[in-house]
Amino acid sequence: MTAHHPSEQLLHRYSRGDDDIPADQLWGVESHLESCAPCRGRLAPDPTAQAVWTNLEPLLDRTPQMSRARARWRVHGWVSPAAGPWLAMILLVTAAAVALDRVGFVVGERVSLVVLIAPALPVLGVAASWGRSLDPAHEVTAATPRAGLPLVLRRTVAVLAVVVPGLAAAGVLTGVGFVRWLLPCLAFTVGTLALGTLIGVTRAAVVLIAAWALVIVAPTIAFSRMAVALDPAAAPVWAGLLVAGLAVLAARRMAFARLEVNR
Amino acid sequence: MTAPTTYAWEIEARDLRVRAGRRMAVDGVTLTMGRGVHGLLGPNGAGKTTLIRALATVLKPATGELSLLGGMDFRELRRRIGYLPQEFGHHRRFTVREFVAYVAWLKEMRDIPAAVQRAVERVGLADRADDRMKTLSGGMIRRVGIAQAIVNDPEILLLDEPTAGLDPAQRLRFRELLAEIGTDTCVVVSTHLVEDVAAACTDVVLLSQGKLVFQGTPEQLAAKGTAGHAGDSPIERGYSALLGLPHRPGTW
Repeated sequence: MTAHHPSEQLLHRYSRGDDDIPADQLWGVESHLESCAPCRGRLAPDPTAQAVWTNLEPLLDRTPQMSRARARWRVHGWVSPAAGPWLAMILLVTAAAVALDRVGFVVGERVSLVVLIAPALPVLGVAASWGRSLDPAHEVTAATPRAGLPLVLRRTVAVLAVVVPGLAAAGVLTGVGFVRWLLPCLAFTVGTLALGTLIGVTRAAVVLIAAWALVIVAPTIAFSRMAVALDPAAAPVWAGLLVAGLAVLAARRMAFARLEVNR
Repeated sequence: MTAPTTYAWEIEARDLRVRAGRRMAVDGVTLTMGRGVHGLLGPNGAGKTTLIRALATVLKPATGELSLLGGMDFRELRRRIGYLPQEFGHHRRFTVREFVAYVAWLKEMRDIPAAVQRAVERVGLADRADDRMKTLSGGMIRRVGIAQAIVNDPEILLLDEPTAGLDPAQRLRFRELLAEIGTDTCVVVSTHLVEDVAAACTDVVLLSQGKLVFQGTPEQLAAKGTAGHAGDSPIERGYSALLGLPHRPGTW
């Protein structure tokens, strides 16, 4: 606006905060600065910013700064922090089953160990992801807004993402068809969660592992032949159980936001 | 600056009954709590932990009414609650920062790194923030527990036995932190240490066998006791008087 810019000396006194500047000059400088960007630029370096910076600089060396590179919670949005070792164990068991099959260890006549272990493996992973006994931070987790069916399903997907490819590879190596292990495996997974909404995930895992030992493993060993339950003809039954489990899950989805489910 | 609220009390319970296993651990409690630090006192098995779990919405009340922050959507409500359980389980391989960030993610927060830094600094663990949890002492773990509870700047902060494992100097600092948070937050602290209540709380709630025995200021609690009751301080004597503990040295 005004063509008359304040002198260097006046501007310096103003920026230093001198209180002996005549009122009319002070007013003039202030209103001029409001409308004149080049003169505001002449004020720099801003003494206030300078003072703050001198106080802050020594502190910065002592205070550790946030590291940006490692954002672990992004991974643990899917994989429960407690499940890591269990997922590794699941892969090891699968590999061991394949190895035993390969060296010709058979239970009775041509019973594949891969088919035998398929239903039990994901149950362990699910229990590790949502059980009180295996996840130490279960109570903190249960009280957060994310606790609930969506988080449970994410973690289950993570377990299946390890179990299913592992079993698929094992199936290819040992020549076992998809149908024979995939449906029991999925039915047991959903069954653990569905039963878990009623009696708690850890207890559900124990019950289902016991059922697996009694109904599938014991007859196989006792009669030296594949249990009827793992026959391809039993596929519709497994599919039915899978659907029933999903229905229970949908109906009782709010249970996962409570502490009782961790039992 | 805190926005005005549409409710009278942060926590309002009417005839609340909560089950712990088969037992009715909280048996008909009616109380209201506003902003400030509320000390939850009572002997072991009085129902303190069960009440705090019900306030943290992880246990569903059997009967009665519980209204938190005027009653709002379940997830929205949980975003405004901070909770430190009595048994604070943690993941040993996480660093302090990773663990607090993980909880912040579970609380559906935005701008997680800044909030984590602030929470870790408030509990005085900034210099250990990148150490793994398994290298920390018991008192430090407890402080991580407090950090994860306050990371979302909760409107209701629930702390179950937070001072267990803290040394005397840390407890003093913790009381300061409580007073600071209590100015604009409803803080509920369960403890069996009567002196914590005397020093840090604006309000005392005394539970016995699942029932509310007393609610009032620490001074009112102290006024209930007389020289004839067991205890070394006025508040302890008030506590014994209300619970009807006989003054018989040497017995449990």
